[in-house]
Amino acid sequence: MISAKELSKRYGFKRVLEGLTFDVARGDFLVVTGPNGSGKTTLLRLCVGLAIPTAGTLEIEPHRSRIGFLGHEPLVYRELTILENLDLYGRLYRVPERRERIGMLLERFGLWDSRRERASALSRGQLQRLALCRAVLHKPDLLILDEPFSGLDTDGAALLDRELTGMRGQRTLLVATHDPERIAPLESGRLALA
Amino acid sequence: MRRYFGDAAVLARKDLRLELRARDTLPAMLLFVLSILAVFHFALPSGSSRLAELGLLWVAIIFTALLGLGRAFVAEREQGLLDALVLAPCDRSTIWLAKGIATFAFLAVAELVALPAFALFFSPVGWATIAGVVLADVGICAVGTLLSAMAAAGRARELLLPLLFLPLALPIVIGGVGASVVHGSGRYLGFLALYDAIFAVLAWASFEYVVTE
Repeated sequence: MISAKELSKRYGFKRVLEGLTFDVARGDFLVVTGPNGSGKTTLLRLCVGLAIPTAGTLEIEPHRSRIGFLGHEPLVYRELTILENLDLYGRLYRVPERRERIGMLLERFGLWDSRRERASALSRGQLQRLALCRAVLHKPDLLILDEPFSGLDTDGAALLDRELTGMRGQRTLLVATHDPERIAPLESGRLALA
Repeated sequence: MRRYFGDAAVLARKDLRLELRARDTLPAMLLFVLSILAVFHFALPSGSSRLAELGLLWVAIIFTALLGLGRAFVAEREQGLLDALVLAPCDRSTIWLAKGIATFAFLAVAELVALPAFALFFSPVGWATIAGVVLADVGICAVGTLLSAMAAAGRARELLLPLLFLPLALPIVIGGVGASVVHGSGRYLGFLALYDAIFAVLAWASFEYVVTE
């Protein structure tokens, strides 16, 4: 599903990734680890198509319509409500039975009662839950998550654990974290960046 | 084609809704255009020619548009949302089209106030001027939305947008002023329409390269 060969990325003179080679098969769960500044986010941005490699090749099988992405920012409009945000993305991704799908996700992620609140009024943890809803709204084949536990409380983290466990084998998962022990209970492949 | 315009409509509706909620852009444009017309009213010596008055109207329109264009991508820039729009499976030029439609709407509202105000401070405008303003708005929004996206991605964006936009807006000013002051303004209106067509196609075709790294 993802095949990288001698992948490199530089920003100006700064070398961020150099000669990275790896493969991710359909249904795999790959955890990308490494300290701050090791290039985890850059690698994910390359995989999702938001950045272009400086050298090497990167083949991503699914079209961008089949990729879900959770970045550092929640990628939601602060002046729109939770429902309006998800409705916007649902329309752009042409999610079938959009309203039912949104309602089901809001229940599952504990956001139903806040659905008419603007995103600007949400806590960091609620925003992260909303961002997760947005990322999985269109049932992506490839889900790419950058520090997904960031900002989540114990309940939120447990919820995400359950979600990730439930997705194993059904979706291809690529998760970047500086804290690999957080995902340790979930059996996964590792890609360590220095 | 239906899908393309459907996506653009969804995105434009989102931009209009954001403005209704935040009221960041339109009130500022209205206040600015009224203020600048008032300043021109007192700055222009009494007995000045109608040519000078109409020239100042176009200055007011261009700078009001610049104010709106400067805020076109603020939400996307501040919250990193351009990534989300770029990742969505719609044609990336729909982002340009939707932003252009929203900016056109704000500019049109500002001009609905500005033209009567101009008539109050100076003298009423004719149909040729109104047609020129409508055609100029299309060109301003087509070019300006592309440049606004470019500026949003760069540093010193407040400086970059006027530096890029004003030279490209010169033909709009020439066409607009020409349509306003010359008898038989068809030539200038045709010139504005040609400008709109050429720059709309160029902006539409190049927008994808502006929003991807």
